[in-house]
This record gives sequence, C-alpha cells and structure tokens, in this order.
Amino acid sequence: MSSKLTRSNRAGWLFALPGFSLLFLFIIVPFFFAFWLSLTNQRLVSPNQAEFVGLQNYSNLLGLAVVTLEPERDDAGEIVRDDDGEIEYPRVRTITRNKEFPQYRGMGEWFRWQWGDTAKVVIASDVLFMKALVNTLAFALFIVPVQGGGALLLALLINQKLRGINVFRTVYFMPVVISIVVISLLWRFIYSGNDGLLNNILEVLTFGAFTPIDWLGRTDTALGSIIAMSAWQGMGFHMVIWLAGLQAISPTLYEAAAIEGASKWQTFRYITWPGLRNTAVLVLIVITMQSFAVFAQVDVMTNGGPLDSTQTLVFQTVERGYGKQDISGGATISVILFLMVLTISAIQGYLTRERK
Amino acid sequence: MATVTSDNRGLRLAVRYLVLILVGLIFLFPLVFMVVSSLKPDQQLLADTSSIRAFLPVGDISLDNYVKAFERAPIGRFMLNSVFVTVVTVGASIVLCSLAAFSFVFLEWKGRNVLLTVIVATLIIPFETIAVPLLLFVSKLPWIGLDGLEIGWLNTYRVQIIPWMVDALTIFLFVQFFKDLPGELIEAARVEGASWFLIYRKIVMPLSGPVVATAAILKSLTMYNNQYLWPLIVVQDEAHRPVMVGLGYFFQLQIAWGEVMAYLTLISVPVIAFYLVLQRAFISSIASTGVKG
Repeated sequence: MSSKLTRSNRAGWLFALPGFSLLFLFIIVPFFFAFWLSLTNQRLVSPNQAEFVGLQNYSNLLGLAVVTLEPERDDAGEIVRDDDGEIEYPRVRTITRNKEFPQYRGMGEWFRWQWGDTAKVVIASDVLFMKALVNTLAFALFIVPVQGGGALLLALLINQKLRGINVFRTVYFMPVVISIVVISLLWRFIYSGNDGLLNNILEVLTFGAFTPIDWLGRTDTALGSIIAMSAWQGMGFHMVIWLAGLQAISPTLYEAAAIEGASKWQTFRYITWPGLRNTAVLVLIVITMQSFAVFAQVDVMTNGGPLDSTQTLVFQTVERGYGKQDISGGATISVILFLMVLTISAIQGYLTRERK
Repeated sequence: MATVTSDNRGLRLAVRYLVLILVGLIFLFPLVFMVVSSLKPDQQLLADTSSIRAFLPVGDISLDNYVKAFERAPIGRFMLNSVFVTVVTVGASIVLCSLAAFSFVFLEWKGRNVLLTVIVATLIIPFETIAVPLLLFVSKLPWIGLDGLEIGWLNTYRVQIIPWMVDALTIFLFVQFFKDLPGELIEAARVEGASWFLIYRKIVMPLSGPVVATAAILKSLTMYNNQYLWPLIVVQDEAHRPVMVGLGYFFQLQIAWGEVMAYLTLISVPVIAFYLVLQRAFISSIASTGVKG
C-alpha cells in the first residue's frame, strides 16, 4: 500500500478540497450549528437578535413529574363518585396553575393510573414531544422484528435453487425502488375506511365476517398501519442484505451438516444463524436508524393524527423548526434524536467488536 | 415406489412455487392496483375495489385521468425540475467524490488521515437531524448570480443540488473500489511522467465503470425518489418544486383518486422501467451499502 503512495501535498489537497469543503459546509457546520441553536431562542425570521438561554429548551422538552391527586370528598368526608361509580378527582390544572407549586407551572397531563383511592398523574412540560418520542421508539420496536424477520424469510425463500427464482427476487424488491411518498399515498387509499382495498380484501377472505376499519382514522390502529406499510416497503432492501450474508456462509459447513444427518431446523440453528450474526446486527441497526427518521409516511398519511397518535420526532422537528419557525425548538429535538442515533451505533460497535 | 417419490417431488415443487407466487402477490398487488386504477373513472374505481376487478383493466378504460392530472398541476414542470436536480447532482457527486477518494487512496499528504476520519464520522449523521439548522443556514447564505449578489438560497435549484453533491457513503464506495485497483498501473504512469489529473482521468476513471454505476444508482434514487422533507421546507414556489412535493396538489377535501393514481403511475413508472432493465446493478448497489460494516 505505502509503495504506491507518493508524497504530494499540493495534488492531495487540490483533489480532496472541493468535495471536503462541501461536506464541511453542508453537513459538519449544520451539525455543530444544531447544538448551538438548541441553547438559544433563535427563530427563522425575527427582528430580534437570538439570545443564549442555556438548557432552557431541553428542560422545556424533557420536564416530567408525577403528582398524586387525592379524591374529592364531600362535607361528610365521603369520597365523591360520578354516575359510573368512578372516583372524582380535582382537575390537574389545580396543581399546574397553582402558585404554591411553581415547579409544575405550564405542565400538562400525559397519562395517569389509579393507586388505591388516589390517582397518580404523570405531567410533562411538553406532552406532544413525549408522545412523539414514545411513538418513535414504538415504531422501532415493532418494525425491527416484522421487517427484519420478514426479510430473512424472504431471503431464505429466494436462496433456493429453482428455475426462474430471479423473477421472484425482482418482484419482492420492487417496492424499494418506488418513492416512500408514492407508496404512502397509495396506501392511504388501500387503508381507507369505506371502499378501502384492504377492508374489501379482508371481507372477501373472511367471507364477510370482517367489519371494515378506518385504519388511519383510529388512534389504536393508525401507527400500526404505518408500521406495517413501512415494513412492507423496505422488506426487499433487507432481503438483499440477508441474502449477501447467506451466500457468504461456506458451503462446506452445509455439506458437513448433511453428512452428520442434521435436520433442516438444526442446520439453520447451528450453521445458518451463527453465520448471519454480523448481518443480523447490521439489519437491526439499519432498520432502527430508518425508523428514527420516519417523516414522509406520517406527513402524507396522517399528519401526526388522529389525536397525535402518529406523531414522530422528525415530524415534530419539522413542525416546529419549519412550521412554527421555532428553529431552536426544532434543533433541540434534532440534537436529542442524534444522541439516540449515537447510542444505537455505539451498541452496534459493541455487538460487532472483534472477539479475541 | 419410484413413481410415488417422483409424484411427491412434483407436488413439493408445486408447493414451493405456490408459496413464492403468493408472497409475490403481496408485493405486487398495490402496484398493479395503482396502474390499473389510473385508467378508470373515479366512480368505477371505487366500485371495483370490492372485487377482483380492482386489479384488472376492465370497464370504462381511458387516459382521462392523465389528461385531468396534467390540467390540475404543472406536472411537466415538476418532472423537469426533478430530472434536472437529479442529473446535475449525480454528475457532480461522481466527479467530486471520486476525486476526493483518489487523493485518499493514491496520494499521501498532510492531513489526509484526519480528513478521512472526519468524513467517515459524518456517516452517522442522519440528514433529518441537520435539516432544521441547515434551513436557517441556507436562508442566510449569499450567492453571486447574474443579477449580482443575493442573500438566501430558498426557492432555487441550487438549494436542492449543492448540499447533496458530496456524501460520505459515495466517497467511501470509491475508496473501497480504488483500493482494489492494481497499483502498478498508476506507478508505471507516474514513471512515464503523467500528471495526477491525467492518471485520474485516463487510467482510474475508465476502469471505474462498476462503482460509478453503483454510485449513480444510489444517488439517483435519493434525489428523485426520496427528496421530500428538504424540498418541502426550502422550496415554496411552483417553478422549482420537484415531483414528490408536487403531490400536494392532489390533497383536496374530496381526493380525486383516479387522478392521484395517474400521477403516482406517471412519476414511478420511469424508475420501475430503469429498475427492470438494470435490476442486477440496482440490487448489487443496495447490497454494497450493506457490506460497509
């Protein structure tokens, strides 16, 4: 290697500089800029100079507390119950707007559960951000097994020696070359409540037993529907990566297994799967990273709704940074997102480290 | 006995193909539905969803939806914008990234290792995390054009092109490829007195067909298909809008689905056609992004 390297400072810089300066200007500068902006109150268009506000933006996003609500009691000291027999509690705003509790000021209810007679309420400075964070994590958690596992099955299916197998590979991969924006709009129709294609197919397959669902219009199905569609679209991509891993496993191992009389499952369990270890980590990481970046699907299909059930971090970044022109707010979420990405790639580094 | 086993074999083979075909239908049905529906009037399109007719070009078939879609939105303009942005970015990307990779692999210079490390480090920065600061940044950037100095890059082609010209992955692909080229060729040319640029242009690049194809395919897909978030926030005017953002024209209270399907078909079919012709190259490009680890 070093023999072909020739010392040439001038030519070296001259060749690398145009590319590097663009990368520096449009990736590295905005990257560090995001950290700085998250410490200010910068807006996209504003007559006022931005000010340094320290960690204010972070505490505005991440503030969390649990408060306990005592049940309402009547004059006799009995617990007041509503018509359904549920215990009545004072409203959360009696605490968040109370001058006695300045630390809870401006916070809102995120969720609650019952604890004996009392209610424990989790309040957050930014409930919308919390929902977006949880949805993003849920997105990753559910799509990893569905998309990664599905892709592995596809790869095993395609790895057979059959006439015309390449035709099937071409078909399974096809959604990958279509824009996610196109796919999202197409599936908006497939998922629609009345006359939706999916409802009709399910009705036919169950001989009419299935009741149509407005997939994207219900809080309990909207996120799942977007996850399923995203898994469908990218499965061919990960199939190709699994396939490369499968084909890198030495055939002599399989021959040895055949001689030993190993069953199909044993062969998979003791030869194929261990051989795919690094591929598995790669697929896992890539899918996780992609799900942290989800934006187009949400923007085209649900706009974050219904009732914020499909909000994601990137959607909030754009809604704040661009929609509300709150650059510093958007940048703060960006930084948090980056820290999540960094954690994931540290995990990847750990899982694929060289074993001694 | 022998006939039984051969029957079994035939049956097993049939089952294998049946599974492959059923799985194939899962990936194909939305796309077939899209193309077929683009040919039907709205009323029939909706009625057909309850039967197999949804996937068949039957009934009142015409190109009306395409005509109406062209009337609703300046589709020609959007396509021209997308193609222009894609072609320029891909071309610039190949030149700039291969030049940089050349200097990293074949030349030794002060700062080379530091720069390479920095470039590899940027691989982990997802675009989504820098979109907002970059928006503020480009809104204040100066530009010297034909009309003299102007401030701000919003609503231009350059804002869609220049930030996307160089990326770590493309440089990395070229570096990997150049490392496997025979070093003796370059040394021999050097002895003959050829300049570095001549070696790059006459020896290295002509040998780099495969990696150029990979880089071009990946970049084209990024630029044509996946450019949505960025143009959405930096391009508001119709004159510079790309196809994916142009879809906004079809979000109405009452969505005319036939027209939507026509537009979707129109902007996807060119990519599908490319893919079908160059499928080997497409699939191996994707695989090459996977083996970077």
